[in-house]
Amino acid sequence: MQKYWCLVIVGSILFWISPLQAEYGDVVLNKRAEREGMPPVVFPHWFHRIRFRCKVCHSELGFEMRAGSNNVTMQEIIDGKFCGMCHNDEIAWGVENCDLCHSGRPGLKSRIHGGHSTAGPGIW
Amino acid sequence: MPDMRYSRWFYAIFFIPILLLPFLSVAGSKWRELSNDNIHDPDGPAIDVLQQPAEALSKLPQDTSGNMVNWVKALEEGAINPRTNLWPETKVQVRNNDLFLENTGEMPVVRFPHRAHTLWLDCKNCHEKYFISKEGANPITMMKILQGKYCGRCHGAVAFPLTECDRCHSVPRNKLEQIKAKSRK
Repeated sequence: MQKYWCLVIVGSILFWISPLQAEYGDVVLNKRAEREGMPPVVFPHWFHRIRFRCKVCHSELGFEMRAGSNNVTMQEIIDGKFCGMCHNDEIAWGVENCDLCHSGRPGLKSRIHGGHSTAGPGIW
Repeated sequence: MPDMRYSRWFYAIFFIPILLLPFLSVAGSKWRELSNDNIHDPDGPAIDVLQQPAEALSKLPQDTSGNMVNWVKALEEGAINPRTNLWPETKVQVRNNDLFLENTGEMPVVRFPHRAHTLWLDCKNCHEKYFISKEGANPITMMKILQGKYCGRCHGAVAFPLTECDRCHSVPRNKLEQIKAKSRK
């Protein structure tokens, strides 16, 4: 009986202290950000899908639907491609607001974060 | 030597609260604060500027998984009206038919509603890249979906997660013909 309780208690403590996770669908982009001296980029899907349907970015703007497969450079954004199609001070804040996108904690890896369901055996 | 066995009161007072903590911490934070979400830098200047998830998502139709928002319902009910295109010349297409994937072993048949998907996505997001537009041409398995292929490209990442079995496997085999007859062509 005591063994059983120990397992349950250790399990629930582990579950409890497991780190809080990002919002479902949040993407971290850090392919080159930190290498070039900027914090990682956090892209919140939830925020963007309230304002744009998937097809806008994933069809019109050409974002591949796989974290890590889009080779986005700051130069391309400044030239109005990818994020820069909207982040141009007209539709959304412009590129001079570095900190608002480059807002991630140091050392994060590029991938989809958020929720127990994305932390599974997938390849995101 | 003292008795090594603890009384039941000891368990009750010390361990039951510990058992309840996970549920309390989950219930207390349906949407996490950005400063506490483990990916935003809590000391960065963006924290006070960016919108908090709870502020936006709590006003939308609720769900029990993912963002805790039923995104398709939000769209159909008009709670949100996200833009369909940036360029006026882009052709916005919506397809209304349902597909039935019957090769599901002992699980109920999968009903795939084109409408819910094309309200969000363009045809060429899925066709012919991930799904061939021909019945029976796509060898979909749950294992591939779990690895992020086929449906798993979005379900489990941004659309409702793979723990929601019965939302796709929604058609009991004995009601299949009846539901097919009623479904959108």
